[in-house]
Amino acid sequence: MPLMQTLTQKLANPTRFMELSGRVLPWVSAAAAALLVYGLYLAFFASPADYQQGETVRIMYIHVPCAWLSMMIYALIAISSFGLLVFRHPLADVSAKAAAPIGAAFTFLALFTGSLWGKPMWGTYWVWDARLTSVLILFFLYLGLMALRASLEDEAAAAKLTAVLALVGVTILPIIKFSVEWWNTLHQPSTDFTSTVDPSMRWPLLVMAVGFTVLFFAMHLKAMRNEILRRRVKAMRAQAVAGRDRLAAQAAE
Amino acid sequence: MTSFSALVRRDIKLAVREGGAIGTALGFFLIVVSLMPLGLGPDLNLLARIAAGILWIALLLAALLSLGRIFETDYEDGALDILATGQLPLELVAAAKSLAHWLTTGIPLALLAPILGILLNLDLKSYPILIATMLVGTPAVSFLGAIGAALTLKARRGGLLLAVIVLPLYIPTLIFGISAVSATAGPGGVGAAFLVLTAISLAAIVLGPIAAAAALRIQFQ
Amino acid sequence: MQLVAEDLVVERGGRRVIDGLSFAVAAGEALVLAGANGSGKTTLLRALAGFIRPVRGAVRLEGGDEELTLAEQAHVVGHANAVKSSLTVVENTAFWGNYLGSGPPGSSAATGERLDAALRHFGLDDLADFPAAYLSAGQKRRLGLARLLIADRPLWLLDEPTVSLDTASSERLVAAVNAHTKSGGIAVIATHLPLALESARTLQLAHQRIAA
Repeated sequence: MPLMQTLTQKLANPTRFMELSGRVLPWVSAAAAALLVYGLYLAFFASPADYQQGETVRIMYIHVPCAWLSMMIYALIAISSFGLLVFRHPLADVSAKAAAPIGAAFTFLALFTGSLWGKPMWGTYWVWDARLTSVLILFFLYLGLMALRASLEDEAAAAKLTAVLALVGVTILPIIKFSVEWWNTLHQPSTDFTSTVDPSMRWPLLVMAVGFTVLFFAMHLKAMRNEILRRRVKAMRAQAVAGRDRLAAQAAE
Repeated sequence: MTSFSALVRRDIKLAVREGGAIGTALGFFLIVVSLMPLGLGPDLNLLARIAAGILWIALLLAALLSLGRIFETDYEDGALDILATGQLPLELVAAAKSLAHWLTTGIPLALLAPILGILLNLDLKSYPILIATMLVGTPAVSFLGAIGAALTLKARRGGLLLAVIVLPLYIPTLIFGISAVSATAGPGGVGAAFLVLTAISLAAIVLGPIAAAAALRIQFQ
Repeated sequence: MQLVAEDLVVERGGRRVIDGLSFAVAAGEALVLAGANGSGKTTLLRALAGFIRPVRGAVRLEGGDEELTLAEQAHVVGHANAVKSSLTVVENTAFWGNYLGSGPPGSSAATGERLDAALRHFGLDDLADFPAAYLSAGQKRRLGLARLLIADRPLWLLDEPTVSLDTASSERLVAAVNAHTKSGGIAVIATHLPLALESARTLQLAHQRIAA
């Protein structure tokens, strides 16, 4: 715990964070690239086709990591939101704001690849099974976060309100999943289209999952750096506006 | 009288006197339900099968219409500030307003639903359970909706944003609300779905005001 | 009892509006906040009321009720009146009496008398049963101010209370404030109009020092 605390304290200062992330980012990006190249090679060349699904099972190697990321990123946003509201950590909002669009993108990818995967299997581009439906609802939650933040001019208030919404969302998410699964069992005999994964497919899947996660961290770090820079530019412009006000300068004399 | 009941009574009085809002919500409910056969075709068998679903969805949309105003009018005329200075904790202020909303909007919508069910050839046997599930489920609509209302108080395009934020929160109530209606088509009395629906509403009654108050405090800054 | 602000630093929209302000207002005193628009009068009042959390510093009501927050011991009058158009004059004031009054349900006669007195002080007793929608801007302002007399709170935080009031009505407000301070209450009033307040000091917000 003490090590964690000093780490978060060190990172709490935006300038220190910029220094640290600037040094770390190239390595993270390189690691992501390496893992993904290796993973894609495994996925498309070195792993077997599925007994039932044939070559189309390979979409799983993209779909599953995306689905995993969509949930992990929302959890990250929830933790950041908690950090903002309870600890008032200065970078918590930067983290949450940067993560939301990335999370939405991965969620959409999960839906898109899930749809592509489904077409050869079910014959349609969409099926209302429990998993896909839950991911779709998660997509709505991401949209809500982004829409709420975009609708407010006061950035400080927007940050805190979005944090409240994220915590409400994470609280209700298990209930939503539970209700979707209930709904699904009522209307369909269980068609769990992801049956247990064959061991020969587990390793490529793991590599891809880790690769995607590292990719996300690289993207997240980069997005956080961009956000910090954007805020600096905004503050500098605000100061410039105050400095150029002739009447205010006269009044101050 | 306590501050809580004074606030609930005032909000009910205002809702009754400014009648427009509930009338609009009921009218919207009626129109949306009427659109369904126009869009889906008048096949009575089809409509009977999906009637509960249509009624629930239309009710949720109609409730959204009036939710935006839970805090808005008090915010605009400065009353919200003063409500915060009472000895009632802000969570109970939010709860009082949610309760008033349920009493003046949720219940009327729930009571209108079976009448609209006639338009959809809803099975007569389902009427009592439909009313019961709607009465039990609509508190969640009001109390969770208050969270959205508090979050979007100062937002541009508040109404649409409110819908985007709040509708996903209604999904459990929707699923179990409809489930409870069809569950009793089978043998036995109140299904597990009805109990879960009740549990969700109770959880919303407790947790909704907490989140709404947190949002309101941020809006005061 | 006194209202104490210590080293108050308050930011709005990223700007430091109040920077290290300290003052104390004792029971029986009124503090007038003066300063140009944008000098932070409203911000200070909202920070005192507890709506805005200061970046640094503290606000305390020393000698007040330990169990209650400062906001629960204050009457807050802002730019808006908190008047509901579809309630009558009496209903508006009675609601605030019930909501803000901390006492037991009490005999309706006592509350009724107090209600009449409050409305009479601001000249609204003849309008008691009219819906507030019929009132002019000045009358609505007076109705909002009647709140001050319907429930007892030691601290009054008033933001430009005499806006849209004619001279006679302003005098009624000043009389109410004077009565309040004379009986040991504290008042902090932001105004850019001269008010004949007794035992009042002025705080110039642009320069953040107190003048007699």
